[in-house]
Amino acid sequence: MTVSNSVFPETQSEARFDPKLESRYTIDNIFKYATWFATILALAVLAILLLDVLVDGLPNLSLDFLTSFPSRRPENSGVLSPLMGTLQLLIVTALFAFPIGVGAGIYLQEFAKDNWFTRALEINISNLAAVPTVIYGLLGLAAFVNLFGFLTGGRSIVSGGLTLALLILPVIIVATRESLKAIPDSLRLAGMALGSTRWQVVWEHVLPQAFAGILTGTILGLSRAIGDTATLVIVGAKTFVPFIPLFFQAGFTALPIIIFNWVSRPQPAFHSIAATGIIVLMIVLLTMNATAIFLRNKFQRSV
Amino acid sequence: MTGSVLPPSSQSHGLWQPKRGASKRTEDIVKVILGAFAAISIATTIGIVLSLVFETFQFFTEVPLWRFLTDRAWTPLFTNPQYGIFVLISATFLTSVIAMLVAVPLGLLSAVCLSEYAPRNLRAWLKPGLEILAGVPSVVFGYFALLLVTPFLRQFIPGMNTFNGLSAGLVMGIAILPTIASLSEDAIFAVPQSLRQGSYAIGATKRETILNVVLPAALSGIVASIVLGVARAVGETMIVTLAAGLNPTLTLNPLVPIQTMTAFIVQVSGGDVPVGSLSYRTLFAVGTTLFLITLALNIFSFWFVRKYQEKYD
Repeated sequence: MTVSNSVFPETQSEARFDPKLESRYTIDNIFKYATWFATILALAVLAILLLDVLVDGLPNLSLDFLTSFPSRRPENSGVLSPLMGTLQLLIVTALFAFPIGVGAGIYLQEFAKDNWFTRALEINISNLAAVPTVIYGLLGLAAFVNLFGFLTGGRSIVSGGLTLALLILPVIIVATRESLKAIPDSLRLAGMALGSTRWQVVWEHVLPQAFAGILTGTILGLSRAIGDTATLVIVGAKTFVPFIPLFFQAGFTALPIIIFNWVSRPQPAFHSIAATGIIVLMIVLLTMNATAIFLRNKFQRSV
Repeated sequence: MTGSVLPPSSQSHGLWQPKRGASKRTEDIVKVILGAFAAISIATTIGIVLSLVFETFQFFTEVPLWRFLTDRAWTPLFTNPQYGIFVLISATFLTSVIAMLVAVPLGLLSAVCLSEYAPRNLRAWLKPGLEILAGVPSVVFGYFALLLVTPFLRQFIPGMNTFNGLSAGLVMGIAILPTIASLSEDAIFAVPQSLRQGSYAIGATKRETILNVVLPAALSGIVASIVLGVARAVGETMIVTLAAGLNPTLTLNPLVPIQTMTAFIVQVSGGDVPVGSLSYRTLFAVGTTLFLITLALNIFSFWFVRKYQEKYD
């Protein structure tokens, strides 16, 4: 930023540094407004998106919509089987991803020695977080649907839930590690000084303190799983399922799948119920996120 | 352990005897179980690689690699099939570039805004707002692209098709923006205050400080967030499936229907594909290509962060 004298060859005698503050501050202001513009634009898009979905979809939202099966006629269509599918997927995914993800996080943060295996695990986990969801879908198709189809029931909710569980494992592992990292070491040292083993310290003292953070991370991971469409399409979700399939039954469906189908149809009536489906999905997601935020606020100041 | 060294007569006095042996055993068992859980993440990677490699290898026994790389069309389901993967790559490239043109400048500017300009209490509201945007499922963005953005743009661009790369790319940019904004903001926020004060002390304005001192100091984190954004764009599926079309075309024209790698995978697997058929294997061949691209991006990101990461104490 130094302005050398050579810029003012004529005024050598009174060679004075000209900070040009006026114009620099003008550019400063332009830059500042640009950053505000970008932030507000992003939030405005979110607002327009929500508003558009609400305007299009809210008129169709009724108890009938929640309690009818998808149909070829938009006016009779509902989201009963997709909603039940999504809730079951949620259960299966949570049942697998939560213990495994938290266990892996505890292992890496509290037990693992700093050796090549641990480093490989860490690199692997951050790598997995960037793998596209369709690749997980292909893994689910090859492993859970075809290879272990005799256990999972093939194109079933269990296959879908297991695939989604693998998809969100990195999220839960990272969240667990972050929450454990935030617990002060004095707590661990105090436990060990009283003769506890490492696991006793973790189980009885560290984990209860870190639990809110872990739960928040898990819920955020689950809400990503619930909105995921591509993985379920590849694993073999169906569109029109006129009954409520249970866990191991082949031929399941879910909310994002039916939304995807309705949006891709040419008739505007289907687009309108797609918006209603999006509202139902967003309500499920918002409930989950609100729970996460509530837990975070409730337990944050306990340490 | 300690119990055994005590004389048997003292048992009756009710001395407390820690069951060290049992605790030790529990500890070992727990450690093995937790270690196994951690190993599942490795198993996932191995599973991905194995399933991709196995089916892709089968694919290349039927379709030679040079045809995969040199064919000028992608028509695997036709009677006279052609397998030019670059047709799909061109579509992925086009939509990703458009998305990044939106997401990188807007994402970085809002990261700067949140970290440097927004008052603390406002930041506490703006950041969760952006994170909500990041949590919107991509099928919802697909709805948005197809039914709101495309009709809007068609009023101004007469030759635009209902399915096109432009609106898919634009909306994808909005979808990726929060990822870049949030991660870059973390990196920018972590730059120590002393660097900013040093810059102010030699007479730089706030903008000059941000552009010449803070952003370079946060460069490794920013680049990592952008690379993750590119990986998201390349792997993004529902927006491009719904809004960009299912029409494999070797073109960089953003106004006509195209088909990305991800859209092909979803389209073909949406119908029941018999295991072991050529179309089943085609899915995995495209998946492998996609995986290799994101792997290359990841490796670049690791290398860059390792090389340029600034450490402050």
